[in-house]
Amino acid sequence: MSFLETVRGDRRIHLINPVAKIAASALIGLALLVTIDPVSAGTALVLELLLVPFAGVPWRSLLLRTSVLIVAAPLTAVTIALYGPVSGRVYGTFLLATVSDGSLQLALSAALRVLAIGLPAVLLVATVDSTDLADGLAQTWRLPARFVLGALAGLRLLGLLAEDWQSLLMARRARGVADAGGLLGRVRFLGGVAFALLVLAIRRAGTLSLAMEARGFGGSGPRTWARPARFGRDEWLLVLLGAAIAVIATVAAVAAGSWNFIGAR
Amino acid sequence: MDVRGWGWRHASRRAWAVERIDLAIEPGERVLLLGASGAGKSTLLHGIAGLLGGGEEGESRGEILVDGRPSDTMRARIGLVLQDPENQAVLARVGDDVAFGLENLAVDPSEIRTAVPAALDRVGLGGIPLDHSTSALSGGQKQRLALAGVLAMQPGLLLLDEPTANLDPDGVVQLRDAVLGSLDGRTLVVIEHRVSTWWHAVDRIVVLGSDGVLADGRPDTVLGAERERLAAAGVWLPPLDLTAPPPPVTMPAPPRVEADPLMTARSLSVGRRRKPFAATGLGFTLSAGSAMAITGPNGAGKSTTALTIAGLLPPAAGELVAGKSLRRGAGPSPHAWRSRQLLDRIGTVFQSPEHQFLAPSVRQELELGPRALGADTTAAARIAEGFAERLGLTHLLRAHPFSLSGGEKRRLSVATVLTASPSLIVLDEPTFGQDARTWGELVRLLREQLTAGRSIVAVTHDREVVDALCDVELRLTTPSSHAGGER
Repeated sequence: MSFLETVRGDRRIHLINPVAKIAASALIGLALLVTIDPVSAGTALVLELLLVPFAGVPWRSLLLRTSVLIVAAPLTAVTIALYGPVSGRVYGTFLLATVSDGSLQLALSAALRVLAIGLPAVLLVATVDSTDLADGLAQTWRLPARFVLGALAGLRLLGLLAEDWQSLLMARRARGVADAGGLLGRVRFLGGVAFALLVLAIRRAGTLSLAMEARGFGGSGPRTWARPARFGRDEWLLVLLGAAIAVIATVAAVAAGSWNFIGAR
Repeated sequence: MDVRGWGWRHASRRAWAVERIDLAIEPGERVLLLGASGAGKSTLLHGIAGLLGGGEEGESRGEILVDGRPSDTMRARIGLVLQDPENQAVLARVGDDVAFGLENLAVDPSEIRTAVPAALDRVGLGGIPLDHSTSALSGGQKQRLALAGVLAMQPGLLLLDEPTANLDPDGVVQLRDAVLGSLDGRTLVVIEHRVSTWWHAVDRIVVLGSDGVLADGRPDTVLGAERERLAAAGVWLPPLDLTAPPPPVTMPAPPRVEADPLMTARSLSVGRRRKPFAATGLGFTLSAGSAMAITGPNGAGKSTTALTIAGLLPPAAGELVAGKSLRRGAGPSPHAWRSRQLLDRIGTVFQSPEHQFLAPSVRQELELGPRALGADTTAAARIAEGFAERLGLTHLLRAHPFSLSGGEKRRLSVATVLTASPSLIVLDEPTFGQDARTWGELVRLLREQLTAGRSIVAVTHDREVVDALCDVELRLTTPSSHAGGER
C-alpha cells in the first residue's frame, strides 16, 4: 500500500492544518451537491486543474491516487447515459436502455461531479498525515483528546494486524492444524484465525492502553500539545480558495441558467 | 515507597499472584527485583505504578504508598517501562512519542520542545530525526525509546520490567548504561533474571518468593549469605551457579558421517519480501543429534532464517533441501509440505508465544500435538502431564495460556512443540524470561531431544544456551554475506 502513504514535504501546502483542507474540500463538495448541472461542475473542475501544480503532490503519485476517479467517472457517465431519465431527443433504445438528450446531459453532469468533488478531496488528503489530523481535530475542532488520541494510537496498531495475521497462519501451519479440506473447511479455518487475530488485537490494545496510562494519559487534568495546531493566514487562505471555487461555480451555473436544486427543474 | 502486606489476585485465578509483600524503599535507592519465573514480579511492579485496576481485573489486599500516598494517585511521579517494547510506542513519530507523556502532564509546549531531544540524547537515540517512524526502529531502539518517553517525564521513581530481554549483548550494555546515566538520584526498581547485568549498579537486591519477600539486602550480603536458598528459588547467581542443574558436559557424539544430513542449505537467501533480503549467502548442514545456534545483532535476519528453515517461509533464493530421514516420504522442500506433515517433522517455537497458542487451557494446549498424531486420551494426558511436571506448569494445567507470566508462556510454547516429537526443532529465543532453575530444566529437556537423535536450530542471544547446547554457530551480521562454521 506504499502508494497510499502520505506525501510529505515542506512546502506551504504540506504544513497547512488538515482541518482546513477538509473544510476547503467540503465547501466545494457542498456547492456541487446542491445542483446537478454540467456548468457548475465543469467550472469547478477547470479551476481545480489550474491549482493542481500547487497541491504539492508529484504527478506519478497524483495519477495513482486519482486512478479510481478516472475509472469511476466514465463508468458513471455510461450508466446514466443508458438508464437515466428520458427527455428531449431520443437517440436510440435497447431493452431497458434509452439514450436521450436528458440522460446524456445528466451523464455529463454526474461524471464531471465525480471528478470535481473527488479531485480536491484526493489532492488534499494525500498530504494529510494521521498525526497532524489528530492534532487538528483535537485542537482546532476541540474534539475530546481521549477519543482522538485513542483512535490515533489504535490506527497505528492496524499496521501490526497484517504481521499478526501472517504469524498466526505460520504458527497454525507449524502446529499441524492448517490442512483444511474443501471450501467449507478453509472458511472455518480462516474464521478461526480471524478470531485469534481479534483476541490478539484486543490484548495488544490492552497493553497499549496500559502503556498510555503509565504515561499519564486519561487523567482528568488539562493536557498540552507539543505542536500547537495553527489556524492562521494560510489555513484561512485555503478555506477561502475552496469557498471561491464553490461560489464561482455556482455563479457560472446560475448565469448560464443551468443551476437547479438537486436536479429539480 | 512503602508496600504494606500487599497482595493481588487476577480475576480469572483462584490463587493469589503475589501475597504478603512488605517492602520499604528509600528515595534514591537502586533495587534489583529478583524471583522465580511466575513469582509475581511484574504484577508487583504494575501495582507500584498504580496501574492495577479495580473489581473486574482482580482484587488486592494491603496497600502501596508512594511518597506517603496511594500509588494510583501518584502516577505522575512514577515512570514504568513495560516488558514488551512492541506495544509501548503510542504514536507514529519518535518525537511525538517522547512528548506524549509530557503533554499528558500539561507541560508547557516550549519546555517540551527542549525536553524531547534531551531525553532522546540521554538514551543514545540523539541521532534519530524527530519525525522518524517508531515502527521502523529495531527492538533495542524501541526499548530505549520507551525509556526516553518515561525519563522525559522526570519521574522520581523509575520502574523497569526486564528492559534488556531479547536485546543483543551490545544492546544490553547500551540500555543499562543509558538507565544508569540518567538516574540523577532517582529511585530505581528493575526486574531482570540475569543478576550479572545490574549486579554492580544496584545497592539493594530484593528476592520475591511464593510467600512474600524471600531475601532483602545489599547485593553481596544477599547473594553471599543466602546462596543456597536463592539457588533453590531459581535466582541466577554470578558467576552462573554450578549448583543449579547444569547441562551435562559430555556431548553425545554427533554422527560425523553426514551421508544423509537432515537438511542442507546452499547459498540460501531469506526474506519475507523479494528485496531486500533479510540475510543472504547462508550455507549449513543440519545432522541428527546436533544443534545449530543462529546468533547475531538485532535486525540481522535471525528470525526470518529460522522461519525459512522451519518450512514456514519460502527460500527467497538459493537452495534448502530436506534429507531423506527428515522427509519420510514428503517432498524435498519443507515449504511445500502440508501442515500435518510438518507437525512431526519440524516443530517451531515462535518468538512471540501468543501467536502459537490454540487451546483455552494449558492442558488442552499440551494434548493437541499428541492427539493430532493419533494418541488416545490417556496417552495424550500422560504426555501433557509429563511435560507440565518437568517445566513447572502442573499447577497451571487449567489456566488459560494467555493468563500465564512471560516466562511461563515461553516454557509452554516450547513444550507444545516437543509433545509432537518432531525430528527438527526450530526455536526462536527459547530461554526468554527464565530463572536459573527453569532455564536448566529447559536446556536439559532440549539436550534429551538431541540424545534421542533429533536436531535443533535455536535463535538466541543467550551465550550460555549456545555453549550448553549447540555445536555449530551460524553468526549473522548486517547486512552482507554469512557463512556457517564449526566452533
